[in-house]
Amino acid sequence: MMSSTPTTNILITDATLNIAECSQWVMTPESGGIDVFIGTVRNATKGKAVLRLEFEAYATMAIKEMEKIAAEVYTKWPLQKVLIHHRTGTLQVGEIPVIIAVSAAHRDAAFEAGRYIIDTLKQTVPIWKKEIFEDGEVWVAAHP
Amino acid sequence: MTITILAFGVAKDIFNAPSIQLELMNDATVMSLKYTLEQEYPRLKQLSSYLIAVNNEYALPEDYIHQRDEVAIIPPVSGG
Repeated sequence: MMSSTPTTNILITDATLNIAECSQWVMTPESGGIDVFIGTVRNATKGKAVLRLEFEAYATMAIKEMEKIAAEVYTKWPLQKVLIHHRTGTLQVGEIPVIIAVSAAHRDAAFEAGRYIIDTLKQTVPIWKKEIFEDGEVWVAAHP
Repeated sequence: MTITILAFGVAKDIFNAPSIQLELMNDATVMSLKYTLEQEYPRLKQLSSYLIAVNNEYALPEDYIHQRDEVAIIPPVSGG
């Protein structure tokens, strides 16, 4: 599922995310800096080996919440383009669940907006990850 | 009125289904929905928190639920 304008590109997909395509998409002749955040599947959590992660999204609402974040960063920083791609399904260690890419004339805006997008996404976008261990599995953050 | 509740993440495990049907009063609010849900599925009370979305937007406790609304239970999110 995707949502795209000339300056905002939002995607939720089961397919592999492409770092080169994402950074290319935000590049404009006016850009002086591009900030790309790549989230990757880590092999352990709190010292316990993680075999893989499973991501699930409430896609229609997740797209809407991502659109809100994109609209918000445009009001906070002078940006040229914003891209937010998130993957769903089963991901192995080292695979990429999320890519955020932001372009701006100057680096401060790009860095700050990129950081804001990933931090806010983790708080508001209805996507869930399950960690699979050798001896069980757990929905992250579900229980205190 | 009968409302379908979509479930995701840990809520899907608690319901043991991707959605459930619930009988609610016609003037039900998000708060009364949560109360009804917790009576039928006490494990919801063990979650860190959970929110209700109505028509793809986070809803407030006092918001009303209508017959044709798309209602979903949103356990703590953990994307990224």
